[in-house]
Amino acid sequence: MYDFAYEKPTAIAAALATLKSHADSKALAGGQTFIPVLKQRLNKPSVVVDLAKLGLAGINVTPNAVVIGAMTTHGAVGGSAEVNKAIPALAHLASMIGDWQVRHRGTIGGSLANNDPSACYPAAVLALGATITTDRRTILADDYFQGMFTTALEEGELVTSISFPIPERAAYMKFRNPASRYAMVGVFVAKLPAGVRVAITGASQGGVFRHAQMERALSANFAASAIADVTTPADGLNSDIHASAEYRAHLIGVMAKRAVEAA
Amino acid sequence: MTVRLSCRIATDAGDTSVNAVFQGIGASVRRKEDLRFISGRGNYTDDINRPNQSHAIIKRSDRPHARIVSIDTNAAKAAPGVVAIYTHVDLEADALGGVPCGWQIHSKDGSPMAEPMHPILASGKVRHVGDPVAVVIAETKQQAKDAAELVAIEYDDLTGVSSVRDAIAPGASQIHAEAPGNVCFDWHIGDKELVDAAFARAHKVVKLDLLNSRLVPNAMETRAAIGEYDSMSGDYTLYTTSQNPHVIRLLMGAFVLHLPEHRLRVVAPDVGGGFGSKIYHYAEEAIVTWSAGKLKRPVKWTCDRSEAFVSDAHGRDHDSVAEMAIDQKGNFLALKVSTLANMGAYLSTFAPAVPTYLSATLLAGVYKTPAIYAEVKAVFTNTVPVDAYRGAGRPESTFLLERLLDVISQETGIDRVTLRLQNFIPVDAFPYQTPVALQYDSGDYQTTLTSALKAADWEGFEGRLASAKAKGKLRGIGISTYVEACGIAPSKLVGALGARAGLFEVAQIRVHPTGSVTVFTGTHSHGQGHETTFAQLVADQLGIPFNNVDIVHGDTNKIPFGMGTYGSRSLAVGGTAMVKAMDKIIAKGKKIAAHLMEASVEDIEFANGNFTVTGTDKVKTIGEIALTAYVPHNYPIEEIEPGLEETAFYDPANFTFPGGCHICEVEIDADTGVVSVINFTAVDDVGRVINPMIVEGQIQGGVAQGIGQALLEHAVYDDEAQLVSGSFMDYTMPRADDLPNISVGTETTLCTHNALGVKGCGEVGAIGSPPAVINAVVDALRDYGVRHINMPATPLKIWGLINAGKLPMAAE
Ligand SMILES: Cc1cc2nc3c(=O)[nH]c(=O)nc-3n(C[C@H](O)[C@H](O)[C@H](O)COP(=O)(O)OP(=O)(O)OC[C@H]3O[C@@H](n4cnc5c(N)ncnc54)[C@H](O)[C@@H]3O)c2cc1C
Repeated sequence: MYDFAYEKPTAIAAALATLKSHADSKALAGGQTFIPVLKQRLNKPSVVVDLAKLGLAGINVTPNAVVIGAMTTHGAVGGSAEVNKAIPALAHLASMIGDWQVRHRGTIGGSLANNDPSACYPAAVLALGATITTDRRTILADDYFQGMFTTALEEGELVTSISFPIPERAAYMKFRNPASRYAMVGVFVAKLPAGVRVAITGASQGGVFRHAQMERALSANFAASAIADVTTPADGLNSDIHASAEYRAHLIGVMAKRAVEAA
Repeated sequence: MTVRLSCRIATDAGDTSVNAVFQGIGASVRRKEDLRFISGRGNYTDDINRPNQSHAIIKRSDRPHARIVSIDTNAAKAAPGVVAIYTHVDLEADALGGVPCGWQIHSKDGSPMAEPMHPILASGKVRHVGDPVAVVIAETKQQAKDAAELVAIEYDDLTGVSSVRDAIAPGASQIHAEAPGNVCFDWHIGDKELVDAAFARAHKVVKLDLLNSRLVPNAMETRAAIGEYDSMSGDYTLYTTSQNPHVIRLLMGAFVLHLPEHRLRVVAPDVGGGFGSKIYHYAEEAIVTWSAGKLKRPVKWTCDRSEAFVSDAHGRDHDSVAEMAIDQKGNFLALKVSTLANMGAYLSTFAPAVPTYLSATLLAGVYKTPAIYAEVKAVFTNTVPVDAYRGAGRPESTFLLERLLDVISQETGIDRVTLRLQNFIPVDAFPYQTPVALQYDSGDYQTTLTSALKAADWEGFEGRLASAKAKGKLRGIGISTYVEACGIAPSKLVGALGARAGLFEVAQIRVHPTGSVTVFTGTHSHGQGHETTFAQLVADQLGIPFNNVDIVHGDTNKIPFGMGTYGSRSLAVGGTAMVKAMDKIIAKGKKIAAHLMEASVEDIEFANGNFTVTGTDKVKTIGEIALTAYVPHNYPIEEIEPGLEETAFYDPANFTFPGGCHICEVEIDADTGVVSVINFTAVDDVGRVINPMIVEGQIQGGVAQGIGQALLEHAVYDDEAQLVSGSFMDYTMPRADDLPNISVGTETTLCTHNALGVKGCGEVGAIGSPPAVINAVVDALRDYGVRHINMPATPLKIWGLINAGKLPMAAE
C-alpha cells in the first residue's frame, strides 16, 4: 500500500466534501475489493473516506420493495429473515458471495459501485429492475451498468441505497469459478408483473447483461422447457483458463433452466 | 517373513482412545504442538524481529526471458529510508557463488548434466518471471517497496518458452549457453535390448501419452528469512523457513557465501508447511545473510503470496509417453517410458533427482513387469525452477502406471482389478528386485487391495451407479495400487546415483538428572506432528511418561548435523537414529544398574523404565539411574563416564516401501462437467504405526493434495511463459468443501531393515490418489469413449469431452 490519509466522516455531506476537494480520493466500504487493490499498489489514493459511520446500513421491507442501504453487508442481507421472506433469491445470492469473512465485510453498495463483471449483485439488480439511489439522484438498473467496472456513477457520487421491487418468482443460479468462486456464469431470473427479466453475470466482456431471447420465451411461458432451445452466441463472452466462451455460452443455458426450475 | 497388522482408523471427538492413559507406540495421542499453533503462540520466522532490523524487497523480473541492458538504482537509492541496494555487481565483487545443485545426473553418453550458473541476483539475463534482479533494503518494508519501484531496469526482450516440447524444438529460444537445445541431461535406466525384444514378441502394445500437471506448492506460511551478523564474534545467523537447516547451512556456507560452518547458525523455527518447497536453498536466504554482514545489521525478507507463486519451486510438470507390452492373457512383458521433465529456468537443489532416481526407479510399481526401460530428458524453460513436491517423482510414475493399467484394461477387456491382481508382485516374492534398481523389502499388495475393495464396497458400485443414473448423474469408480520409495536414503547408494550429500539422520538423547528427556533431532517438523510422535516413541522405549519427553529441532546451534525432513524420512531414518541412541542409553544404564544392584551386567534387564536383576525383585528406575549418572558418588567412575546422554547417527540400509490401494468414487453433472468426489478410501501400508491419528491426518492431507492435483490445481503458463494462474483468483487450491470424507485404513507389513519396522506416511496420500480420481472420472465417462484425461480434470475439460461430437472443444 502507498501512504494515504484516512477519514471516517459521520455525515454524507462531509464525505462528499472530502471526496470532492481531494483529487484521487476514494470511498471505502467493506474493502474486499479496494484493500487488495491497495495492497497490490494498483491504486494510489490521496484520501480514503470510510463510509462506515454514515448510517447507510440497514434493510427496510415494504409491501412492494426491499430497500437495502449501501453499507449493508452480504452477511446481513443473506441472514435477514425479512429479505428471505420477501425475495428469497436475493438473500440466497448474498449468502453465496465469497466466504464468511468476505460476507461479513463486503457491502452491496461496494459491489455495485465496483461492478465487477463476475460479481453477483449486478445480476439481481438488473433482473429485478431495481433502482439505485445516490447522494444526488436515482438511477434505473437498465441505465446503471455500463460495461465491466463501469457504471453511471459520476466522480465522487455515492450510492446510498438500492430498492428492489418484490417479484412474483425469482431465483439466482451461480456457477462458481473454481478458483476465485466469483460467478463464472450467474443467471438471475425474475418474474415481475411487467414480464420476465433475465440477467447474466460473469460471462460477458461487457459485464452484466439481459438475455432478451430468454426473457421473451419466459414471459410467454415461465418454464424451463420454454428456453430449452434458446442458445446464446459465444461472441463477446469471456474466455480464460477456466472457461472458454463456448462453455460459458452453454452454462448460461444450463444455469438459466435451473434458475427457472428453482424460482 | 511378512508380519501383518491391520487397522481401520476412526478418530473423532468421542473416541475414548484419544489421550487415554496409554500414550506409547500405537496410541492416538493428541498433538502436543497444536495448542501452540491454534492459539496463535507459534513462533514462525516472520514473527521474529531482531533489534535494528532492516527490510528487504526483492525486485524481480516481470519478463520471462530478456537481456538486462541496464539497471539504474540512483533514484531508488535516494528514496526515503533506503539503506542499500544491491545487484549482481555487488555479489560478484564479493565473489559469491551461485545457488548450488545437490544432485548430478549423467547423460546416456556419460557426460555430466549441463549445470549453468544459477546466480543469486540475475546477471546478464533474466530467465523467468520472478527471477530476482536487485535487492532493496530500507528501514521499513514500505520504504523498501517504494524504492523498489524506482529501480529502473531496461530489458531487451527475448522469446520466452514454457513447455518442454517447445523448448526442445529446433530453433527454440536458448536459455543457457551451457545447455544447447535447452537440454540439461538425457538419461536412461533399464535394459533397452531386453525391452525391445519383449516388444517384438508381444501380443499387444498399449501406448499412452500423458502429462503430469505443474503445481504451485502454496504452503500456508510463505517463505521468510532474516540474516543477522554479530560484529563482535563475526558469527552469522539465518532464521529461515526451512525443512532442513543444516542442509541450508552447508549449501549456503560452503558454496555461496564461503563462510565456515562454525560461524554460521541456521534456525528454522516453527514452519507452516513445506511439502518439499522449503527443502531448497533459495537466493533470498543468501541475500539476507550476506547483506546483514555488509550492513552490520539484521535484514528481514518475507515473501508475499503473489511473490511465492513466482519464486517457490514448483512441482511435477512431466510430459511422458508410456508403452506396455503384454501377452495374450494381459501379463506385462515390458514397459517403455520416455519423459520430458521441465526443470524450469535453473536447477533447484534436488531437481535432477526427481524425474530420474525418484521417479523412473518406481516404474515397476507393484507389478512384476520383467523388463523396463525409461529415458528422461530434462529441459530448461523460462519458468520457475521445478523440484520435489510432496511425493517427488513417485506421484508421476504412479499416475503413469495406474492410468496405463486402466487403458490396458479398457483395450483388452480384462477387468481392472483382475489385471492388477494378476500382475502384482506376489507376497512371497519379497525381497523383490525390480528391473529398475530398487529392491523392495516387504509388502503385500493383495491385502491392501482386498481391504480397500471391501472398505469402498466395490461390489456394491453397480447399485450406486443405477441410483446415480436415476438422478441423471454419471458415476464412476477408480482404483490405484501403488508402491513408493521413501525413508531416504542409503548414503552410499544415493552417492553412486549422483547425490552430493549424505542422507543419514541423527538423534541425540539427553536424559536429565531427574529422568525427563530432551531429544535433539536432525529432522524438522513443519506440520507433521513430530513433537508428539517422537515423544511417544521415546516415552514408549524408555518407559517414561509422554509428557517428560521434549523434542528439539530446527536450530543448528542446538542439534547435531542432521539432514532434515522430506521424502517421508523422519521416522524411518530419524526415528531409527533415536532407537539407536536409546539403545546406547539403556546399555549404559545397565552398567550403572549392575553396579548399584551388585549384579553382573548380563543379568540386568530393562523394560518399562525399570532396570531389574533377572530372577530377583531388585529394581532401579531409569530416573534413579539418571540421577546416579549425574551425581556419581556411588559409581564405577573408572569404567564409565558420568552423565546419561547419547548420540547416534543412522544411515539406512535401503529405502522403505510403503504401498497400498486408493479407491475413488465420483459423480459428474453431465450438463456442466462438474465432478463431485463422493467417496475416497485409502488403505495404505506405512509399516508400523506410532500414532494412528497422525497417520490418518497425514494421509488425508496427502489425499487432499492428490484430489487437488487431479481436479483443481494447475500452474498454467502461456506460450510466452507468463504465469497465468499466478494468484488464488486463478489457481484453484482444494478447499474443505471440494473434498469428501476420506476413509483411511492401514494394512501393515513391517519394514525389514529398520528397528521399528516403520516405512513412512507423509507422501503416500499424494502419491496414490491422483490416478484413483482420474480413473474414476474416466470410468464415469465410459459412455463417451474417453480414453484418458490429463490433470486437472476441470469442468471445462470434461464438458469438452462430453460434447466432443458437438463442438470442437479439444480435450487434452
Ligand atoms: C475472496 C473474495 C471472494 C469474493 N467473492 C465474490 C462473489 O462470489 N460474488 C461477488 O459478487 N463478489 C465477491 N467478492 C466481492 C465482495 O463481495 C465485495 O462485494 C466487493 O469486494 C465490493 O464491496 P466492498 O464493500 O468490499 O467495497 P470496497 O472494496 O470497499 O469498495 C469497492 C469500490 O467501490 C467503491 N464504493 C464502495 N462503496 C461505495 C458507495 N456506497 N458508493 C460509491 N462507491 C462506493 C469504492 O470506492 C471502491 O472503488 C469477493 C471478494 C473476495 C475478497
